[in-house]
Amino acid sequence: MKKLIILGAGTSGTMMANHLQHHLKNSEWSIDIIDEREEHHYQPGYLFLPFDIYTPEDIIKNIKDFIPKGVNLIQGKIDKINHNENMISMADGSKNEYDILIIATGAKIAPEEVEGMKGSEWQKSVFDFYTFEGALALRNKLREWEGGRLLVHITEMPIKCPVAPLEFAFLADSFFNHKTMRDKVEITFVTPLSGAFTKPKATEALEHLLNEKDINIESDFAIESVDNENKKIIDYGGREIPFDLLVTIPTNKGDEVIARSGIGDELNFIPTDKATLQSKAQKNIFVIGDASNLPASKAGSVAHFEAEILTENILNFISGKPLNETFDGHANCFIETGNGKALLIDFNYTHEPVEGTFPFPGIGPLRLLKETRMNHMGKLAFRWIYWNMLLKGTHLPFVSSQMQESGKHFD
Amino acid sequence: MEKTIAGKAVAVNEEGYLTNFAQWEPRVGSEIAKEANIDLSPRHWEVINYLQGEFKNESPLSIRKIGKSGVVDIKEFYQLFPNAPLKTSSKIAGIPKPASCI
Ligand SMILES: Cc1cc2nc3c(=O)[nH]c(=O)nc-3n(C[C@H](O)[C@H](O)[C@H](O)COP(=O)(O)OP(=O)(O)OC[C@H]3O[C@@H](n4cnc5c(N)ncnc54)[C@H](O)[C@@H]3O)c2cc1C
Repeated sequence: MKKLIILGAGTSGTMMANHLQHHLKNSEWSIDIIDEREEHHYQPGYLFLPFDIYTPEDIIKNIKDFIPKGVNLIQGKIDKINHNENMISMADGSKNEYDILIIATGAKIAPEEVEGMKGSEWQKSVFDFYTFEGALALRNKLREWEGGRLLVHITEMPIKCPVAPLEFAFLADSFFNHKTMRDKVEITFVTPLSGAFTKPKATEALEHLLNEKDINIESDFAIESVDNENKKIIDYGGREIPFDLLVTIPTNKGDEVIARSGIGDELNFIPTDKATLQSKAQKNIFVIGDASNLPASKAGSVAHFEAEILTENILNFISGKPLNETFDGHANCFIETGNGKALLIDFNYTHEPVEGTFPFPGIGPLRLLKETRMNHMGKLAFRWIYWNMLLKGTHLPFVSSQMQESGKHFD
Repeated sequence: MEKTIAGKAVAVNEEGYLTNFAQWEPRVGSEIAKEANIDLSPRHWEVINYLQGEFKNESPLSIRKIGKSGVVDIKEFYQLFPNAPLKTSSKIAGIPKPASCI
């Protein structure tokens, strides 16, 4: 009997468990999946929780409910990957050997990376919304906040779902409008990038929206510290921006287990072949989702496309065939823009997001890079799709794992 | 597009970054630096050499990474290349604008 172990039962690990349970003969392979948590969180929901659009119950389910029969779920903290010995050590001292390993341990915030960020104002006037606890604390704050200077701030790239901070700014505009207190709030988007986004066409469209919604933008801001006493953020060049409420996306890092195992880069992301998803460290180790160092978005949709390709490659690897070099960095993200509308972007390693129609060329019904109500319906439907299709590894109808060029308006 | 920098014809993009690193020469770098009001000292050159090495290794660059490189700390990096140090220094080094991958 051979053994495949999946580390992490979040979005990617759960999808892989479902795919592989289906494809591997259970007379030949046993599959373990390991996670320290008992809850599975729908992380895209963290964006909506602060504005009372979703409740905690919409976001949290039992991890067990999504692990297929026949896959062995082990609850516990992973201490180390001994990649030269093909063995996992757990924090409780137990050991587990594998023939093939899939790492899906994700990414998490590390506010301690910036001096003063997790200081005396943490969860008083300095908040994150990339954790459940952070999003909930922020919800409670926003319920009673009376206005002032709101900064929506990105510490450094890469971050999970790189559009989420912009969406937060848009939703905040909409939220304060509905509370008829928009005139009491000054919203500023602070970013280490030179514009609203990393890709030129989308940046143009997004900056137009920021402008329309009267949201200021401060770009090229590389934060050095948070001054808790005087409530301002300071960058390495000495620039200072004052705040009454700071909503920050702290540095995102891979789990510490990656550092302990000596297989990560300086942010604990794992060097991975960007087309095959094989780790650079060992041939029998594969990486999926936010844990890798791929130059692709850290998003659930990306993980979904990766999962289809990784499944093929695990089967190729087992039968001694060459790996398919087919992952193209495909990402497909809804960008909530407030007032019941959203944008949709679809892109990959080489093609930036442009205008067009999706998924049917020339028809839609979704419009790329345009604010529509239909796109907003798509964003809300994504939660249902996530729980009912994505995690189960169901192929999404009409959406291929490689990006389509037709229906898009490239220059 | 083509641009003549320090008497040498080089291909650049609309933001002025070289599009072909093979065309870079130290005098091209010095000239681009002058346009940004920077006089290159030996310290600048150490940083530029480091950036070019990382570029050749296809290793993506970020401010943090440079801060941890042991070549220069972030404070000094800002002093050497004020305002947007990573962009300015990349332009001088003849390498692409850092993409800060998404
Ligand atoms: C605010 C926000 C909004 C987002 N919006 C979107 C969106 O609109 N669309 C989209 O596609 N994506 C979105 N995302 C991104 C998406 O949620 C992630 O990309 C996706 O969840 C990544 O899946 P993963 O399996 O790689 O990591 P995760 O789902 O984070 O899973 C990692 C798992 O590994 C476990 N683990 C880690 N280390 C250990 C250890 N040492 N021992 C035991 N267990 C461990 C963790 O407990 C966790 O369960 C958003 C993310 C955030 C934070």
